[in-house]
Amino acid sequence: MNSFQSARRDFLQLLGGTASAAWLTANWPALVSAAEHAHQAAKSGNPALEIFTADQAREVEALAACVIPSDETAGAREAGVVYFIDRALKTFFSEALPVYQKGLEAVQKTTAELFPGVPRFSAATEEQKLKIFSHVVQESERPESGARRLAPGASPDFFQTLRIHTIYGFLVDPEGGGNRDFVGWKAIGRDPSHSFSTPFGFYDKDYPGWQPVSGETEKK
Amino acid sequence: MSRPMVTYKPSDEVDFVIVGSGAAGGVLAKELSTNGFRVVVLEQGEYLREKDFTHDETKIFIQSLLTNKVNTHPITFRKSLDETARKQQAVLYGSCVGGSSVHFTANFWRFHEIDFKEHSKVGDIPGATFADWPITYSDLEPYYTKVEWEVGVSGLAGSSPFDPPRSKPYPMPPLPVKGNGVIFERGCRKLGYHAYPAPLAILSKPRAGRAACMNCGFCLGFGCEVGAKSTSLSSVIPMAEKTGRCEIRPNCYVSRIETDKNGRAIGAVYFDAQRNAQLQKAKAVILCANGAETPRLLLLSASNQFPAGLANSSGYVGKNLMPNSSALAFGVFDEQLNDYKGPAVSRIMHDFYELDPKLGLYGGGGLDARFDFTPISFALNGLPPDTPKWGAGFKEALAHNFTRTMQIFCHGTSLPVESNSFSLDPDVKDAWGLPALRMTFRDHPNDLKMMEWMRARAMEILDAAGAKTKWSYPVQEQQFAVHLLGTCRMGDDPKRSVINSNHRTHDVKNLFLCDGSSLVTSGRGQPTMTIQALAYRAADRITALAKRGEISA
Repeated sequence: MNSFQSARRDFLQLLGGTASAAWLTANWPALVSAAEHAHQAAKSGNPALEIFTADQAREVEALAACVIPSDETAGAREAGVVYFIDRALKTFFSEALPVYQKGLEAVQKTTAELFPGVPRFSAATEEQKLKIFSHVVQESERPESGARRLAPGASPDFFQTLRIHTIYGFLVDPEGGGNRDFVGWKAIGRDPSHSFSTPFGFYDKDYPGWQPVSGETEKK
Repeated sequence: MSRPMVTYKPSDEVDFVIVGSGAAGGVLAKELSTNGFRVVVLEQGEYLREKDFTHDETKIFIQSLLTNKVNTHPITFRKSLDETARKQQAVLYGSCVGGSSVHFTANFWRFHEIDFKEHSKVGDIPGATFADWPITYSDLEPYYTKVEWEVGVSGLAGSSPFDPPRSKPYPMPPLPVKGNGVIFERGCRKLGYHAYPAPLAILSKPRAGRAACMNCGFCLGFGCEVGAKSTSLSSVIPMAEKTGRCEIRPNCYVSRIETDKNGRAIGAVYFDAQRNAQLQKAKAVILCANGAETPRLLLLSASNQFPAGLANSSGYVGKNLMPNSSALAFGVFDEQLNDYKGPAVSRIMHDFYELDPKLGLYGGGGLDARFDFTPISFALNGLPPDTPKWGAGFKEALAHNFTRTMQIFCHGTSLPVESNSFSLDPDVKDAWGLPALRMTFRDHPNDLKMMEWMRARAMEILDAAGAKTKWSYPVQEQQFAVHLLGTCRMGDDPKRSVINSNHRTHDVKNLFLCDGSSLVTSGRGQPTMTIQALAYRAADRITALAKRGEISA
């Protein structure tokens, strides 16, 4: 448990306690701000790799950076996606390990075929990487269903697996081991705060309050 | 907080053993223990508290922290009775104290008068086992009010011209409007429809020692860390425990309802956390295990005396599954909505609750404006279909659309079809060696047609509201159920229903069922409010029966 988690747990325990409604009303903003401070203070260095070798991690990081590149805002690299994937393969995504092993071999092969002389994917130029990665995607891409459902688990397909894991590692609550310092959330415009007050955005800013349609109270 | 916790031994014959601590089980536990009865609630899942909840999607969606776990409880699916079912996560339900109420969206719509007597109005529908309820809206109205005031529902009474009559206003004002609500209102107004503040089982004001919603945005799928969501866990279960007569016993997987030679239930057999079989003895048994597990448990309780399963002389146990139909439309707008803040839904409309018969469609539905994505689920499923799947184009679309997207969700009726059912899989077993849950389902063609009609209306509303981009997907046959309704339906005729209007099974005098399985029709897509109102009513009926000595006699 990191410092943020324990701080957050403590503050939530407070709320689960015997606090009265009035007490909550009075103290809520202070509690939230304390939690957010703890949240922001939880800076972490790179955790140790447990599954990938340093070489493999370098390749996975370069591949994840193709899914979510770094530009003016952070990408998969800055979010520490490779460390998220490493931890996932050690724990809840362990069944996907062979997908990575085979996938990395295939990428190496494609790199050698397309650009003889480039020793490995991560050593290719950005332009070369795009070509190699497009090739990997074409080989493995399958049509995605339009179904709006809970996030799927590991796919047997390398690109799909890498893509889903990169998205998870980029956008998961940092408690889940990715999205380091909330860089993923910031990149998509999600304020990392733990609570919000109105107005939330542009459209509700000047909302006059709910009014019945043409003032009617008629029954159907 | 230290809660006065009573514990019973399995050999203690308590008054009631309740299986399941969700929307219905929590209410029954509270009501019956308050009325002086000794109650044990057996819950399959863990006893998680607010402090255990998290926004970590790997725990919620991948490791199923709050929901049924298919690695130990496999589920199989097939479309028709002549197919062999295959393993598939076809059902999602809550598996923790509080059940599905812990992770629900909290849309709390009352059913309308028509939902209870639609068969009389419309007549038979080919392919459907369509029936009226043995009770009416007015029988249930006081209990809807009780849910609103005791469990905690925010809303604005009188804001919909289509609402059924109510005896009291909501106890709290609606939650704040979101961008999706303002835009939805705009579109509806242009087309002459009536959008209004969504009634939600989420506290808009601090109440009964619980905090108000802090708009964290992790609502659907997640447990509420501050107890503002009106789950059984945050509302009625603490009241039940406070009576000192109710024990909530987690990690208990019930495998069978035991009966004696007279055909009376004597208690529930369960595997405890150490996988030891136990029998909790009770004078009466109440199943609130949800519309999938309640019928499964009755089928698992077959015996020489009840060869087709317990309480199944009608053959209706597990049948007539109605998961509600749905369709979804997406819109992207010019400015930022930031709809990731706050509960998913802020405005709904019920103009299509009863469709014009001239359309040739049965039933109807309700629409809500929502954004129920987390950052991850948005990246996976929230972008227009033609968006690049990786690279700069993908990232750009994510960054632009995440704060500018909303959805219109169409919810509607499912017709009861006898072959749509839960049964025991003949081949697949769970981790305890019990037959797995098997779902057989194909939507009634009318439901698909009606939803297509509804989907087109949702697209028109987005258009009228000025969406810059909009899209939706054609309605498809469902292979995934969350609303588990109708599978042990209520009725006066023991040949065509499983329980009577007191929730007592027709076959076993001291066995009661109350959850989504009790419903006769599916309403218009938001069943939890009705499940809880039924539970309050059932508690009154069961209490009266018990006090008159009509259960144990």
